[in-house]
Amino acid sequence: MITAAIRSLLSGAVMSGTPLLYATLAELLSERAGVVNLGLEGVMLVGAVVGFVATVHTGSAAVGLVAAGLAGGLFNLVFAFVVIGRRANQLAAGLTLMFCGVGLSALIGARYVGSQIAGLPELRVPILADLPIVGPALFTHDALAYAAGPVAVLVWWVLFRTRWGLVVRAVGENPVAAFAAGKNPHAVQYQVLFLAGVLGGLAGAHLSLAVARTWAEWMTAGRGFIAVALVIFSRWHPLRAVAGALLFGGAISLQLQMQALGVPLSPFLLDMLPYLLSLAVLAVSSGRARHAVPGSLGRVFQGTQ
Amino acid sequence: MTKLFVILMSLAVSAGPWAAEAADPKLKVGILHLGSVTDGGYNQAHAEGIAVMKKNLPEVEVIQVENVPEGADAERVMENMINRGAQMIIAASFGYLEPTMRVAQKYPNVKFFHPGGYKRTPNMTTYWASTPEAFYLMGMAAGKTTKTNKIGYVVALPISFFLANINAFELGARSVNPKAETRVVFTGTFLDPGKEATAANALLEQGCDVLGVIVDSPITVVQTAEKRGAYSVGFHYIGVSKFAPKGWVTGVAFTWGNLYTRFAREVMDGKFKSEDILGGLADDFLTLAPFGAAVPKDAATLVEAKKQDFIARKAHPFQGPLNDNRGAERVKAGETFPLTDLRKMDWLVEGVVGQPR
Repeated sequence: MITAAIRSLLSGAVMSGTPLLYATLAELLSERAGVVNLGLEGVMLVGAVVGFVATVHTGSAAVGLVAAGLAGGLFNLVFAFVVIGRRANQLAAGLTLMFCGVGLSALIGARYVGSQIAGLPELRVPILADLPIVGPALFTHDALAYAAGPVAVLVWWVLFRTRWGLVVRAVGENPVAAFAAGKNPHAVQYQVLFLAGVLGGLAGAHLSLAVARTWAEWMTAGRGFIAVALVIFSRWHPLRAVAGALLFGGAISLQLQMQALGVPLSPFLLDMLPYLLSLAVLAVSSGRARHAVPGSLGRVFQGTQ
Repeated sequence: MTKLFVILMSLAVSAGPWAAEAADPKLKVGILHLGSVTDGGYNQAHAEGIAVMKKNLPEVEVIQVENVPEGADAERVMENMINRGAQMIIAASFGYLEPTMRVAQKYPNVKFFHPGGYKRTPNMTTYWASTPEAFYLMGMAAGKTTKTNKIGYVVALPISFFLANINAFELGARSVNPKAETRVVFTGTFLDPGKEATAANALLEQGCDVLGVIVDSPITVVQTAEKRGAYSVGFHYIGVSKFAPKGWVTGVAFTWGNLYTRFAREVMDGKFKSEDILGGLADDFLTLAPFGAAVPKDAATLVEAKKQDFIARKAHPFQGPLNDNRGAERVKAGETFPLTDLRKMDWLVEGVVGQPR
């Protein structure tokens, strides 16, 4: 019974953590380029619904994933145009984008509530899946879940080991200096926001194609905002984001698992567990002197005049 | 705000000039849904009821609006329907009670119908289907089907009506299988398919081989059970069985068609009176979905016999003596827990693993 609980806890942590990790990486990328995107929830929903609709029509979850990524990227470009092209306030524009995404996805998805799809197939990793406890828990997932960790490493590598990543971080710290060095901060931010949109779209698609295999209005249920918090929690570092997403996903999984086990605690109390845990970690880890907030986060680069 | 956008869009579409061209119908019926009418759940059951009414009474015209939030938006949608000539309004979600009361007082000549409401006006009827008997029967079928003697339930919140359903389910399961236990996981929300899937998996890992569900849409939990080779019982709407071709046991579904036909007839014939209607299996407000292939043959006979006993009032789902799952006596031997008092049920019966609060 306890081994079953541990197995289920790990497997649930991966399942709940995967969409959170993609969303956190999306937010992390845009914040590293100096843009706060509170509209991530809307981007995820657009990705979730477009991925689902594409899968219903083509019967292929792979096509659904591509469509979800593209839709997320394009939808985020609307936000990019407003905050970069029109220099609007990022917080206001982000919240508006969120509501816009909720409405748009509801409109697109209205006819598809209750549609049936096969969804992303579960892939068993040979040999590893036969290991006791961790085998079934960690090596019988879908392709997006396996890719989540490597994608986080890729984001880290791009940000910290490539020239383009250096420019992205320079734009986030000080766009005027980046401009003086001959870079175009606006062009870089457009590129980053498209990529972030793709990741956000995939985060939504994991919910609609792999976890729930259904479309329901506002099915992200606040995960886009949890991701914004997880970025701060991970201090803008992609590898710490993996830990954050797994920890939070694990806490959600843990509270449901404790109920299934019959632990005599109030379900209301257990429902608070993921948030209590986050609060505790923030309280312990936030007091450090060295801060990782990108220097120009939330500011609009006005050009050099 | 976003839902309002959807509403405005749908109103704009249906209120176009072409809508007025049809000959004057004998009665216009407006119905408001909280969610989508293809959710395979609560909303779809009401929409199917309206479809049956429309088939029985072709002279009736229907104005149907989906995704109406509970609150001031609902009032606006109702008034819009009345302005377009609706003489009868069905506000098909519990949370529409206050808005419906307000609009009903403002328009005394329009007749209002509200499911589950606990107060009325002279031009408003409340109706509901009592679910515990049906959950008891569903529990019998599940108790006969389970091989691990563990049944899992994914439930939104520990509110009294849901606790009553789970209690009735467990009592039904235990009546045919004394070892049957029901494990409950509360997700804390009516709509979070991601959490529902995780909860379903947690229950399956604990050895449950039949899953049930009380959230907005049963699709996610039923699909998850099917994927893992487990059985499932449904709720709200029969059509959800298509998501579990192998593991379907049975389900309780609302069948509002005959009741809605009766309401429309009474309004047309001027025979409306304000009532508080509580029906059940006997009144055909509820139906038990056909059994799936997984259910043993003798279960069908047992369930049918019990159903007739319920209809004839020879049996009661909450027949004492009953203890709660903390050991306290709740219903004395020879007594029953009245079905009209379900609001007061704040405990889970012995045999249920879970916390009522």
